Amino acid sequence: MNLALIILGLVILGSAATALSIRNIVRSVLLLVASWFGIAAFYLWAGAEFAAFAQALVYGGAVSMVVLFAVLLTRRGHLDVPVPPPPPGRLLWAIVAGGAVAGIIAAAAIRTPFESLNNEAPSLPVRKLGALLMGPQAAALLVTGVLLTAALLGAVVIAAGAKDDKEGAP
Amino acid sequence: MNTLQMCLVLSSLLFGIGLAAALARSSAILVLLGIELMLNAANLNFIAFWRFGPAPEAGTGVLFVLFAIAVAAAEAAVGLALAIALYRHQRTIRLQEATRLKG
Repeated sequence: MNLALIILGLVILGSAATALSIRNIVRSVLLLVASWFGIAAFYLWAGAEFAAFAQALVYGGAVSMVVLFAVLLTRRGHLDVPVPPPPPGRLLWAIVAGGAVAGIIAAAAIRTPFESLNNEAPSLPVRKLGALLMGPQAAALLVTGVLLTAALLGAVVIAAGAKDDKEGAP
Repeated sequence: MNTLQMCLVLSSLLFGIGLAAALARSSAILVLLGIELMLNAANLNFIAFWRFGPAPEAGTGVLFVLFAIAVAAAEAAVGLALAIALYRHQRTIRLQEATRLKG
């Protein structure tokens, strides 16, 4: 059980670290898709099947495609895909900050005594999840639907506002 | 170190990688992807505490992750639209050159 978790962790962390350190954005996105699928496998390992499928569909399917389209729409030429490396000072401080935050949280998690853990695999069937979403959490579901609609309309307006910009320019 | 603590360490390391990427990289798209990784690390925590928590039948962890995934998808769509709008104005998505609002 722990071996599977260690392998999943190595896949997730390795692909995420490689993706965010290489220069080519397209390869970064493809490696991040591997990391997102690793996270979906972690959800499957933990017994949350519905969240795993949502993660695989939304991140592996939708977000990766949107990011790839954004990469293709914002490059100047065929040779423009590699981005210049960050200056060494900023890179060093970013790694120090990320490492410090990760170290503090990990140290707090390790030093906290977690007692009375539930070690039996929980089961949450989709029928129960649907009943929860339609019953006690229905308001949150509606708010999320409104948020998604507003975000979609906002994204279309922001990305397609070229004509207004030309007219409004002095 | 028990299994829950291993999950929490994994999520904190993923958060650190996302934070370092969001701080270090210049491209707006890569910064956004770092923020997405940090959101995913928070989701790992929700699932880990739901899996090992006292009342998994309530399903709150899974429900929170589903809503967080929906919000993250909306954030990615708006963020990438902003990157495209930035590119249309500046012909670049390097954040160092997006200084038009600088006083």
